[in-house]
Amino acid sequence: MTTRSSAIIIVAMSGALALGACGSDATKTGTAATGTAASDCPTGTLKAEGSSAQKNAIEAAIKSFQTKCSGTTINYAATGSGAGIKQFIAGQVDFGGSDSTLKDDEAASAATTCASPAWHLPMVTGPVGIAYNLPSVSSLVLNADVTAKIFLGQITMWNDPAIAALNSGTTLPATKISVFFRSDESGTTDNFTKYLKAAAGTAWTVESGKKWNGTAGEGKPQNAGVATAAKSVEGGISYMEWSYVTQNKLGLAKIDNGSGPVELTSASVGKMIETATQKGTGNDLSLTLDYATKTPGAYPINLVTYEIVCSKYKDAAKGKLVKSFLTHFVSADVQKSLEALGYAALPSSVSAKITAAVAAIG
Amino acid sequence: MSATTTPPELTEPAGSSWTNTVTAPRRGGDRWFGLASHGAGVAVVALVTLVGVFLVSQAIPALSKNEANFLTSREWSVGGDNPRFGIMELLWTTTTASIIAMAIAVPIGVCVALFITEYAPQWLRRPAATLVDLLAAVPSIVYGLWGLIIFRPVVRPLEDWLSTRLGWLPLFAPTGITGGTIMFIGVVLAIMILPIVTAISREVFAQTPTTHKEGALALGATRWEMIRTAVLPFGKPGVISAAMLALGRALGETIAVTFIVSTLAAGSDWTWSMLSGGETFASRIANNAAEFDSPQKTGAFIAAGLVLFILTFVVNAVARVVIERRKAFTE
Repeated sequence: MTTRSSAIIIVAMSGALALGACGSDATKTGTAATGTAASDCPTGTLKAEGSSAQKNAIEAAIKSFQTKCSGTTINYAATGSGAGIKQFIAGQVDFGGSDSTLKDDEAASAATTCASPAWHLPMVTGPVGIAYNLPSVSSLVLNADVTAKIFLGQITMWNDPAIAALNSGTTLPATKISVFFRSDESGTTDNFTKYLKAAAGTAWTVESGKKWNGTAGEGKPQNAGVATAAKSVEGGISYMEWSYVTQNKLGLAKIDNGSGPVELTSASVGKMIETATQKGTGNDLSLTLDYATKTPGAYPINLVTYEIVCSKYKDAAKGKLVKSFLTHFVSADVQKSLEALGYAALPSSVSAKITAAVAAIG
Repeated sequence: MSATTTPPELTEPAGSSWTNTVTAPRRGGDRWFGLASHGAGVAVVALVTLVGVFLVSQAIPALSKNEANFLTSREWSVGGDNPRFGIMELLWTTTTASIIAMAIAVPIGVCVALFITEYAPQWLRRPAATLVDLLAAVPSIVYGLWGLIIFRPVVRPLEDWLSTRLGWLPLFAPTGITGGTIMFIGVVLAIMILPIVTAISREVFAQTPTTHKEGALALGATRWEMIRTAVLPFGKPGVISAAMLALGRALGETIAVTFIVSTLAAGSDWTWSMLSGGETFASRIANNAAEFDSPQKTGAFIAAGLVLFILTFVVNAVARVVIERRKAFTE
């Protein structure tokens, strides 16, 4: 059963690879018709491209949106954040999906393409789970320091005293730890290593970034790759999007953020997002996440993925459609429905801000 | 040639001139077919040249900014203002995995071809050949999935055995890699290239003149001696070109390898072990294609692609030379 589901994931993943390969050939096909439909349901076609971390979320939102507003077509190609930003800047897509915020020069190019500033709208939060494969251990607590040492190959056995100290009352087996990391560049790696850098302090000795810079373990492509690999070896550990942990029936570690162990739930993720500070100004809602948060009950390893939109679209009809879709996407019902897919719903304080920003799109 | 010896019917027709070569009369069909085949020939050469030019032109800007030695470095950080990247590890993994694949696939492929052409009963030959050819029709993604999920646990005990018994050899030194080792990639690649080796070898062995074979048998050779003295020498150039074609496939195989490989962490120690992981040229390019966000980054990967291009080119050139040499001895 698991074998089959991971096989399906891998097939899907290879599809994304193939798409990625020909992503640059995409041409602008979107044509927004001036709507005769109700004002919140314009008709037309949108093209979007980018982060694969939000693929399942945005596809679910697109599906429910198209059911609500027949006569709209939205295509989202999950080719990766880098490709999404590139295509958005090139004016090939109507909005981009990205796990990281635009760099200064990218923001400038995007503003030129849009003829207005580009905004980041944090639409989807995807927690990163630390998945482990130890059939005899049903509950495992880790903290940033120990996690960093495991992923740097300094802690090599599961019954290491450092792990045991966090898990009093649990019998840890004398199994070798097999570390798996992402061999491709990914936003998941970026966020996971940012967390380690922020929260583990000096224990995390290498640089953080989209590319894994650790010194131990073996690399596998995509979430499905690391999940399958961790599943295949007893004692395996990796970091991946939440949905892959549950789908592959791997153990999910609780994180002790300094105020006690926190389980990964939609609520604990929401608590962490609420502690984030806004980096952008006004309606540009790019966030700076506080990975080192000690807020009780806040799960610290999160990925926020943005939709990158023009604040004012040259084609007003297109702007209307983007606005209509994002209003739908941020609504409480849709956000709630994403939990089944392994995402966490946006906390209400944040979604209120996004709703206001979406309303301001011209 | 004097005019007196020229037969009267060989006078030069109007509108053409005699040359030393014999020319067939040029009619419409001839002209068109000639043009078409010229065009095809030129187009292929132009295509390969253009691919080469493209690779070089894209790679040079990135290479000129590279701060590490491109040929000997193991680093691979291609973004940012100070890119440092080298192909040492890629070259090692690609060639080692391909050599392992060849070492397995060529002997087996030749044996399969000999079985089909010399040993198998007549009724079995065609179905057996078709079945082997069918292996070539399996998409590489399927090999990747199958290798990862089904075949990996089968090869694992063999690797464990090698590392415990022969671990003192650097080639079999134990490593922490549990998934796609270089050796495992080699084994999967061997299965993928087996049909190429078999199909071409089979065709060549089937061409062995019956007179050679019957001659050997008439002189009292056993079947094995007949194969050794008649079939194998005759088929050698064919087997070599089959092997080189297969090597080309093994070097460039992308998607199956991308699925299977376990890449090494950036700061890990260098090892000669075949039981270690690593990435091939093609798998690294495919794996990172989604994140080509700057020309410099793309250029670095294209530079790696260029090396693969040259490597394949060299392999083919060497094969040509070997085949020409062998031909001189066998004919």
